[in-house]
Amino acid sequence: MSVVTVQLGQCGNQVGQQLLHSLLCDAQNGQRKELCTATRERFFHQDTHGELVARAVLIDMEPKVINQSISRAARSGMWRYGETSHFSQKQGSGNNWANGFCVHGPAHREVVEELVRREVERCDRLSGLLAMMSVAGGTGSGVGTYVTQCLRDVYPKSFILNHLTWPYGTGEVIVQNYNSVLTLAHLYQLSDAILVHENDTVHQICSQLLNIKHISFADVNSVIAHQLGSVLQPALTADSQGAYSRNPLGELVSALCCHPEFKLLSISSIPQVPLASMAYSSFSWPSLLKHLRQMLISNTKMEEGIDWQVRPPAAAERSRSLTAGGFNTSLANVLILRGKDVYSAETGGFEDPALYSSWLSPQEAFSVWKSPVPFNKYEKSATLVSNSQALLRPLDSMVGGAWNMFASRAYIHQYTKFGISEEDFLDSFSSLEQVISSYKQLR
Amino acid sequence: MTQSVVVQVGQCGNQVGCRFWDLALREHAHVNKKGLYDEALSSFFRNVDSRKCDGEAHVVGGRIQHLKARAVLVDMEEGVVNEILQGPLREMFDSTQLLTDVSGSGNNWAVGHMTYGSAYREQIVDKLRKAAEHCDCLQCFFLIHSMGGGTGSGLGTKVLSLLEEEFPEVCRIVTSIYPSAEDDVVTSPYNSILAMRELTEHADCVLPVENQSLVDIVKKIKHMSHSGKPGTVIRRESAIISGQGGLIGAEKPFDAMNNIVANLLLNITSSARFEGSLNMDLNEIAMNLVPFPRLHYLVPSLTPLYTLADVSVPSRRLDQMFSDAFSKEHQLIRADPKHSLYLACALMVRGNVQVSDLRRNIERLKPSLPFVSWNQEGWKTGLCSVPPVGHSHSLLALANNTCVKTTFMELRERFTKLYRKKAHLHHYLHVEGMEQSHFSEALSSLSSLIEEYHQLDATKGRLMPGAPRLRIAR
Repeated sequence: MSVVTVQLGQCGNQVGQQLLHSLLCDAQNGQRKELCTATRERFFHQDTHGELVARAVLIDMEPKVINQSISRAARSGMWRYGETSHFSQKQGSGNNWANGFCVHGPAHREVVEELVRREVERCDRLSGLLAMMSVAGGTGSGVGTYVTQCLRDVYPKSFILNHLTWPYGTGEVIVQNYNSVLTLAHLYQLSDAILVHENDTVHQICSQLLNIKHISFADVNSVIAHQLGSVLQPALTADSQGAYSRNPLGELVSALCCHPEFKLLSISSIPQVPLASMAYSSFSWPSLLKHLRQMLISNTKMEEGIDWQVRPPAAAERSRSLTAGGFNTSLANVLILRGKDVYSAETGGFEDPALYSSWLSPQEAFSVWKSPVPFNKYEKSATLVSNSQALLRPLDSMVGGAWNMFASRAYIHQYTKFGISEEDFLDSFSSLEQVISSYKQLR
Repeated sequence: MTQSVVVQVGQCGNQVGCRFWDLALREHAHVNKKGLYDEALSSFFRNVDSRKCDGEAHVVGGRIQHLKARAVLVDMEEGVVNEILQGPLREMFDSTQLLTDVSGSGNNWAVGHMTYGSAYREQIVDKLRKAAEHCDCLQCFFLIHSMGGGTGSGLGTKVLSLLEEEFPEVCRIVTSIYPSAEDDVVTSPYNSILAMRELTEHADCVLPVENQSLVDIVKKIKHMSHSGKPGTVIRRESAIISGQGGLIGAEKPFDAMNNIVANLLLNITSSARFEGSLNMDLNEIAMNLVPFPRLHYLVPSLTPLYTLADVSVPSRRLDQMFSDAFSKEHQLIRADPKHSLYLACALMVRGNVQVSDLRRNIERLKPSLPFVSWNQEGWKTGLCSVPPVGHSHSLLALANNTCVKTTFMELRERFTKLYRKKAHLHHYLHVEGMEQSHFSEALSSLSSLIEEYHQLDATKGRLMPGAPRLRIAR
C-alpha cells in the first residue's frame, strides 16, 4: 500500500524532501530487492521512462523553498517530484496562523485538493496520508491545519498522520506559542496520530551525539528524516507472515492510538553516532535495548545523560502518587528493530506491565516490528515510537507561554484581523488543557 | 518575490529617499556583476524599455535596460525634486511618479494635510495606483517624511491615510524624522503632535528617528576619523554616513545624516531583496513586534556605525556588534532601551553570520535586557547573506521598547508650552477644515499612548505570576 506525503510550508518541504531521499537511498543500498520494491511502492511511482517520482504534494505560500526541494530531489539522480505536483504563491503567511488558516487555505482549497486527489488516484491501494509541517510559522501551521481539515473531509476513512516540528524554546518567531496552540488544538480533532519532533531535542542530538560544530537547519532535518525513516521504512510485523507490512500508517495508528484523547507520539532512536566513527562502533542488542528502555522510562531523548535511577513504580505505589520520580508512563509503544541478528533480540523489558497504564495490557500496548535489513548504514538500530507522557512538559510550557500572552491580550488583534476570535483561542486552550490533564493522569 | 513602493514626502523625505536610491543602486551594483535584472532588483526597481513611450516593463531575467525606482515623490515646493531631476538619479524617475507645487506648506501641518491634502487627493491616489499596478505582488509601502515641517508631516500623514483607504491589505512602514529641541521651525511641536495621531492610527509600523541622534552620530564619526590614533583609523568610505561609490559625487550638508536613515531602510529591506538562510519577510515585522495595535513604534539601532581600518579581531568584533546594538550610542532616537522595558525585539543580521552566532549572542545578552513578563522569549531573528557595501556583517535591531515614550513626552512638553499661550494657533485655524479640536484630540491621543507605555513600564521588575490556567472539569 502507498502513502501520499503532503509537504506544507518551509519546514515541511525541507524535512519531507530529506525523508523521501533517505528512505530511497537506504532501500537502494545493496541487494535488498524485496525491501526496495516495498519502499518504492510505498512512497514512489514510476513514470513512463521508469523514473521514480515521489507520491508527494508540495505546498507553500512562497516559491523559494519548494524550488529548492524540487531541484535537490532532481539533482540526486535517483528520484524526482512530479512536474505538476506543487503549488506555491508569492507572499508568505507572515508567521500568522490566522492568515494561513482563514485566508490562504480557503483561497487555494480546490487546487490543493486536486493535487492530492491526483496522487491518491495513482495509488493502487492507499495506506493513508502523511502531512508534514512545523507549528511555529504561518504557512505550515495555518495552511497545514486547513489542508488537513480538507483532507479529513475528502478522505473520511483514510488514515491521516501529521508529522509536526516543534520550534526552539526561544525562537525565530515571537508568536510561535499561539500558532502552536491553534495548530495542535485543531489537529487533535482531525488527525489520527500526531508525531512530534522538537527542534531543541534534535539540536542536542546534533551537538552531543553527532559532534556537529556549526549546526545548520540541514543537520537538524537529516536527524529528523533518519528517525522518521526508520519508522516508515517497510518492516515485518507480528502478523505479516514474513512479508513486508502492507499498511504502515494503519499499523502505527492502531498500535498506538487506541483512545481519541491520546494522540501525541514521540520518537527516539538508538544508536546515533557520527558517520566517521560508525566503522569503529559495534553494538549488541541487549545493550541497545537496555538503553532504549531506560530512555523511555526516564524520558530522555538521547542515549547520553540518561537517568538510571528512574524505575517503574511498584504496583502499590501506583495508586498513591501521581508522578513517581520522573517516571514516564506509556500508553502504548511500537519498537522497530532493524539489522543483524534481529530475531535474537530480547524485547521482554518493554513488556513489563509497570510501564503502561493500568487499563491496557502489555500485549495490547506493546508491539514490535522487525527487519533483518540494516537501516541507514547502522548495523543494528532500534527506534521507539511512544504514546506516553514524554511530550507533556513541552506541551505544558507551550500552552503556558501562550496563555500568559493571552492574559494580556497581546498580539490578539493580529489574529482577529483575519477572523480568529478570542473565543476561538479559548476553545483551543481548553481542548489542549484537556489533553494535558489526560496525559498527566495516565497511570 | 514581492515588491515594495517607496513614498517620499516633503523636503526631508525626498532628500532621504534620494540617498536611499543612490545607496540601493550602489549595493546592487556591488552584488549584481552580470548586469542582469534579477529578482533582488525587481523588489524596488522596474526594468523598462525607454525607447517605447509607454515604458513597457521587462520581466525578471533579462539584461538591465533602464531602471526605474518604484517610488512616488511628493513635495509642495519644487527645490528638492528639481534638484533630483537635474542630478545623476534623474533617469530613475519619470513625470508620472512626481507631484509638486510651488508655494510650500509654510511649516503648517494644516496646510499640508487639509489644503493640499484635498486639492491633490485624486492625483496622489492616481500615482499610488500606478506604482501599485507595476507590481505583481505588492507587499509593502515605505513612507519617508519628517514630523516638524508642513508638507512632510501634514501631507505625509494624509498620504498615509490614503494608503490605508486604497490598499488596506498592504503593509505600511513609516520612517519618521523627529525634530530636535533646537529646531528652527517654531511650530514643529504642533506639526509633530498633529502628525503623531495620524501615525498612531494609520501606520502598521513606525520607525522613529531623531534628528539630534543623527547629528550626534555624524559628529562622533567625524571626530573619530580626524583623531586618527593608530589602530583606530576609520575607513571613511565604509562609515555609515558615507555615500562614496554612489552616483552623486559631491556631498551636500545633510547627506551624512540622511545616509544613516538610508542605511536603515537598506537593512530593513535586505531580507526582501536578497537571499538568506533565515528569511524575514516584511509582513513578519509587524506580526512579531506589534503586540498591541497602537504600540507600533519600533526603535531602530544600527551597528557597526563605522568600521575601523584594523580588522584583525573579527570574531570579537562580531559579538561586539551585538552588544553595541543595545547601547545608547547606537540608537537612532535619544533613549536608553536597556533601562526600559522590551515588549519585543528583532535582530536583522546581514553578512557571514551563522544561526549559532545568533543563538550564542541572544543567550549572552538576554540576562541584561528586561523583557515584559508575558514575552520573555520575545526575539525574532533574520539572516540575510549579503552584507552592506564595505562591511563583512551588519546588524539592525528593531526594539518595541517603552523608552520611546521619552521622545514623545519631550515633544508633548514643547507642544504644551506653545499651546498654553495659543501661540501661532491662528495660522492653523485659518485653514479650511482645521478646528481647535484637532489639537486637543491629537494631544489626548498622544497622552493616552504615553500612558499605555507608562502602564507597561510599571510592570517592570515586578515578579508577575503566570496567569492562572484554565481548569478542566472532570
